[in-house]
Parts: sequence; C-alpha cells; structure tokens
Amino acid sequence: MTEKSPSPASQSPLLTVRGLKVHFPVWKGMIFRRKVGAVKAVDGIDLDINSGETLGIVGESGCGKSTTGRALIQLIRPTEGTVRYKDQELTKLTERQLRPLRRDLQMVFQDPYASLNPRMTVGSIISEPIKVHGILTGRQEVQDRVEWLMEVVGLSTRYIRRYPHEFSGGQRQRIGIARALALEPRFIVADEPVSSLDVSVQAQVLNLLMELQERFKLTYLFVAHNLAVVRHISDRVAVMYLGRIVEIAPRDLVFGQPGHPYTIALLSAVPEPNPKKGANQRRVVLQGDVPSPLNPPSGCAFHPRCPFATDECRSLVPHLRELEKGHMVSCHHAEEVQHGGISGVLERVSDRC
Amino acid sequence: MTDSPTPASATDDGVLLRVVDLVTEFHTDDGVVRAVDQISFDVSSGETLGLVGESGSGKSVTNLTIMGLLPGTAKVPQGSVIYKGRELLACSEKELRAIRGREIAMIFQDPMTSLNPFLRVCRQLTEVLEVHLGMSVADARAASITMLEKVGIPDPAHRIDSYPHELSGGMRQRVMIAMALLCDPSILIADEPTTALDVTIQAQILDLMRELVGAMDTAMILVSHDLGVVAGMADRVVVMYAGKMMEEGPTERIFERPSHPYTLGLLRSIPRLDDTPQERLHSIEGLPPDPANLPPGCPFAPRCPFRMDVCLEEFPVPREVEPGHRIRCHADVGPDDAEAFWTPAEESHGMGTGGMS
Repeated sequence: MTEKSPSPASQSPLLTVRGLKVHFPVWKGMIFRRKVGAVKAVDGIDLDINSGETLGIVGESGCGKSTTGRALIQLIRPTEGTVRYKDQELTKLTERQLRPLRRDLQMVFQDPYASLNPRMTVGSIISEPIKVHGILTGRQEVQDRVEWLMEVVGLSTRYIRRYPHEFSGGQRQRIGIARALALEPRFIVADEPVSSLDVSVQAQVLNLLMELQERFKLTYLFVAHNLAVVRHISDRVAVMYLGRIVEIAPRDLVFGQPGHPYTIALLSAVPEPNPKKGANQRRVVLQGDVPSPLNPPSGCAFHPRCPFATDECRSLVPHLRELEKGHMVSCHHAEEVQHGGISGVLERVSDRC
Repeated sequence: MTDSPTPASATDDGVLLRVVDLVTEFHTDDGVVRAVDQISFDVSSGETLGLVGESGSGKSVTNLTIMGLLPGTAKVPQGSVIYKGRELLACSEKELRAIRGREIAMIFQDPMTSLNPFLRVCRQLTEVLEVHLGMSVADARAASITMLEKVGIPDPAHRIDSYPHELSGGMRQRVMIAMALLCDPSILIADEPTTALDVTIQAQILDLMRELVGAMDTAMILVSHDLGVVAGMADRVVVMYAGKMMEEGPTERIFERPSHPYTLGLLRSIPRLDDTPQERLHSIEGLPPDPANLPPGCPFAPRCPFRMDVCLEEFPVPREVEPGHRIRCHADVGPDDAEAFWTPAEESHGMGTGGMS
C-alpha cells in the first residue's frame, strides 16, 4: 500500500456532516404512551469526509460510533442535522429518491453471521444488489460480474452456489465485502468489520480492505473499538464519547499528541502484546463507567471521570476547537492536556487521590 | 478469608494442578471431533497460566474438562487431571461439587448470561458461602459485602441488593470475580474475562484481577484470544491450535522468542500501536481447519510457510528449545523468520488486474 497523499484543500469533501443528531425516543405506558426521554446516541456531530481517505471512528460501546455510520448513509434517519453528498441533502430525500444514491454509499456489517441471508446462495447474495439496481440484466453478464467480484475479494468462484453457513467468519466477511462492492460504491461504512474474526484472519481482511481502497479509490468510514486496527488503516481518526466527537485529527496527531484526556486514557488502556514494553507501560485507569446516554452529565460529558475536571467543565459544554491545523479537540484544558501527555494525566490522577 | 488451604497440601514441587495428555472428544453426527488433543500443563500455586488460541482451539473445552462441566456428548478417553494429588476425572459428581467453587472457581466470559437475572446479587453470592462453608445467612451477607468492596463496587451494602440488570457490564464482571473469590479458591479459571468489556473497563478489571490474585496468592488459568491481555497477566503461556498444544513457555520467552511458526505468525500479524500504518500486514494465509476433519500430521501445516513433507504426515512430540520452553514442530524457526508471513497482494488471493468499470 503506497502512502496516500492527503486530498488537496481545494477539493470539497465527499461527505459533509453538520449538527448530526440521532435520538431514540423512550416511551412509557401501554395505553397512554408518552415519551419520557430520549437516548442521545449521537448528539451533534460535525464531520467532513474527504474523497479517498479512511476516517476511523473509535470509542467504547454505546458511544454512538455505529449509529453515526448508519446515520451518514441514512440507514437510520437522523433526528436533526444535515448530511451533504454530491450537492444533495440526504436527510431531505425520500427512500425512493435515495435509492440511486445507495449505489454510492454502501456498508460492511460487523457480524458476518447475521448480515447474510442464510437461505440465499453466495451467488444470489452478491448479485441481488446488481439486479435490484438494474445495473446488468443479462443472465451471463450478472454471472460474470459475480464471479469477478468473488475473485476480487479472494473467494474461489467454485463456491458460487454454496450457502453462508458453509463458510468461516473470514470468508463470510469477504462475501459481505463483495456485496458492498457490487454497485461500484464510492463510500463504504465498515462497522467493526474485523472484530468478530479470529486473530489469524483479521490481518487478511484488513489487507483486503486496504487493497480494495487503493484499487477502486474508495472512501471508508471505519468504525472499530480496536485502536491498533483503527490506527493501522486510517488517515484521520475521530474519538467519540457519549454521542459526541471529543477529538478528531490526522492519525499521527491523535496517537502521537492527543489533546483530550479521554483519548490518552483510551490509548493507554490497550493491552501491550510485548511483555517488555508492557511492564513499562504507563496506564491511566479511568474510574467509573460510561454514563448513560439517556441522562448524560452536565457540561462536558467526560467530567465525572476526568482528572482535569474543573467547575467550568461541570457547567459548560466544550465545543470542538482547533488546537493546531486539522486537530480538533473538545476540551476546556486541551492545551494543558496535550502538553503534559500521559505523564500530565497520571500526575493529576495521583494528585486527586 | 481465613481458612485458605495450606500450601503443604499441594504436591511437593508446588504443582497444584497437573493436566497430562488430556483428550476430550465430542461425538457428533459428523463423526468424532477431538476438541482437545493431548494437552499437558502444570499450574503451580500462585502462578498465572495463559491459554491462548483462536475460537475452536480447545481452550474453553480444556477448562470445562478440568471442572467436570462437559456436556453428555463429550468423552474423555485418555489423560488425567490431578488436583493436589487427586484425580479429578475419577471423582464423582458429589466430590466434584465440593471442589468446584470452593477449590477451583471459574469466571466466565459473559457476565450477563452467567449471572441469574431473577436473583439479587446478594442471593447469588451468599449461596456460595452457605453451601461451601456452611455460613449463616447474616455472616454470608456480611462476607459478601466485604468481598464486593474488595472488587471495587461502590456502596456495596446497597448494591448487594441489586439485580444483575441494574449493574453495568464492568460491575457485573466485578460481581462474578467476587463470587469466584468468595471461598478463597486455590485456582481461579478465567475464561475470556474481559472480552465482553470495553478497553477502559478491561484495564480496570485486569488491574483488579492482578491485584486480588496476587494478594490472595491464587493460581490462575487465564484464557484469552487477546495476546496483549495474556502478555500482561500470565507467567507462562500455552499456545493452542486445533485442540493441540503448539508452544509452551515463560511469557517473555514466548513473546520475545516465539519458536513455533503459528505463534510467530500470530504475533507478526496483529496490528500494533507502533507499527507502520497503512502498510500491508503480515498474515497467516488460509483458514483454521475444520475440527471434524483435521489434516493428518500437524494441523497448522496447510497454512505454514515452513512446511516440510514430514509435517503433513507426522505431528511431532513436544521438544525443548530452551529450558522450560517447548514446541511441537519439525522446523527450527526464530523471531527473524517472521518475514515468511509476508505475502504480496497478488499471491494472497486471486486478484486480477484491471479497474472496476
């Protein structure tokens, strides 16, 4: 994989997201149903996704990273906010109007066991989108196309009449990738595409995704909780916490000079597979759990677990601001956090004890 | 915890649990599946043994066999499991019941499905103490609250009356740990204890386990597919593949000088926080074998870049590469051979050329 140069500034982003919110209403009562609240899965996200890049989204379960991915391609309709693609406002389009755009916007799902219809053969799974969108009509043409797609993702065409249960997780994920590629998409949301795979197979699928990107000039939104995986594949990385982006920057800045205390804690929590380094690894062990998105804390949502929290953090919601070029952080103390790095966080933690 | 078993009750060399040539088979419609095939290891008191392997490698079945928790379709045709000089495979269900939870305790992967959703935490904890130690209800409750405090549950006197669904994933796993440690067991078997948890919570739980196991001098068998988790916790590691032991040795040696091609490939192919991003990853080509239809010889041979003719016919007996570090492999490989797991894009699968048009 050759290094990709960042897209020139003059080029407008492929996808522009502003103020994206996805709230799931919570109802109570059987007869007199009333709304008693909302789970704020995604609570105001701004994003630009450039053509040809991989934007990684990391965060813990429940932080809204998968919901964000789905809301971008309108698999979940956002509660508020805008998603612009090719001069079209996706949130305003009807399902029918969206359909031609779905060719460009595809998804690879997390669980290759649940996302393939067990009663369809591999051939019909991959050809279904081609037929639905009427891209190819001739029987032989469709067949050729499916075989070609199977070769592209590294599946033997001998398997075309087999059913999903006959395949292992890694092979199923290849089927899911072939299906996503069938419509020649430009943008693919990959939601935890390797997390359900065995360690020895993960590298194969990651390599495949990187090759395909190079070959077909794809743009990825790569959602994952495994930081090493996200770092490996992404050009830029967004860190989410409780429905909001707390930090977004080019990969090396997020991993090298993080400006949000949560990013630092997250990075230091990754178990190190080298015992020598592991012994010297300094870890920030966050206290407490992720709060409920039903009732997020006041001010900065991270303040109850943050060693830097001040009164300002408890009352005032921080917004994403530019720490340096391309490096956005939503923290009132970002400069201090970035300057001190992990030592600074650890000092704070020990001061508070 | 007052009445911990005295170290003297262990065998002379400090070995608490000795597993020898263990074989576990499942009789299925597709034939006999050998889920565990000739696994041997020792666990000494106070030691943490890591069992590493992918899904289907037999890690969990090994532990279920030790605990005597196998389903009816399983048979153990050979091998022995000796705990403090007693053959567990020969114990009756009644004898095993006295050992399980009291002497050997287990933490399961998913804290939601392994706690009873209908019972309050209190009932589930005190039951252990009442059954095994014959404590009174009041004493058991007090001891449980102390234990919950030890595992870092805030406000344990109130939380003990919660139902499992009222607790977060991390808190539930803390309850599971508390339950396992209530009787001060000699061995704790932790089967993927943090796999269902987020990284920051995983870090909390691993810290807690390390601390408690150290303080109570409990031996531990830690099962994980995450090499990072094992690297940070285990004293010794057993690497399993397709039910068989591939490599065994002290943790630093396994990670520093992996001598089995499978271990080597596994360590080389995981993305790390300090590798070169967006570079093609080294990878183990192919797929894990079907357990009902294992290849003759070494099960890893079909995927192994160091494969020789003999590998397809014969799976070698363990041999020592250095003291205490054993492998089952015909080849001599070292860390410098990891580049063999590099496959250029064209070779890894049938990628044609030409664009998508």
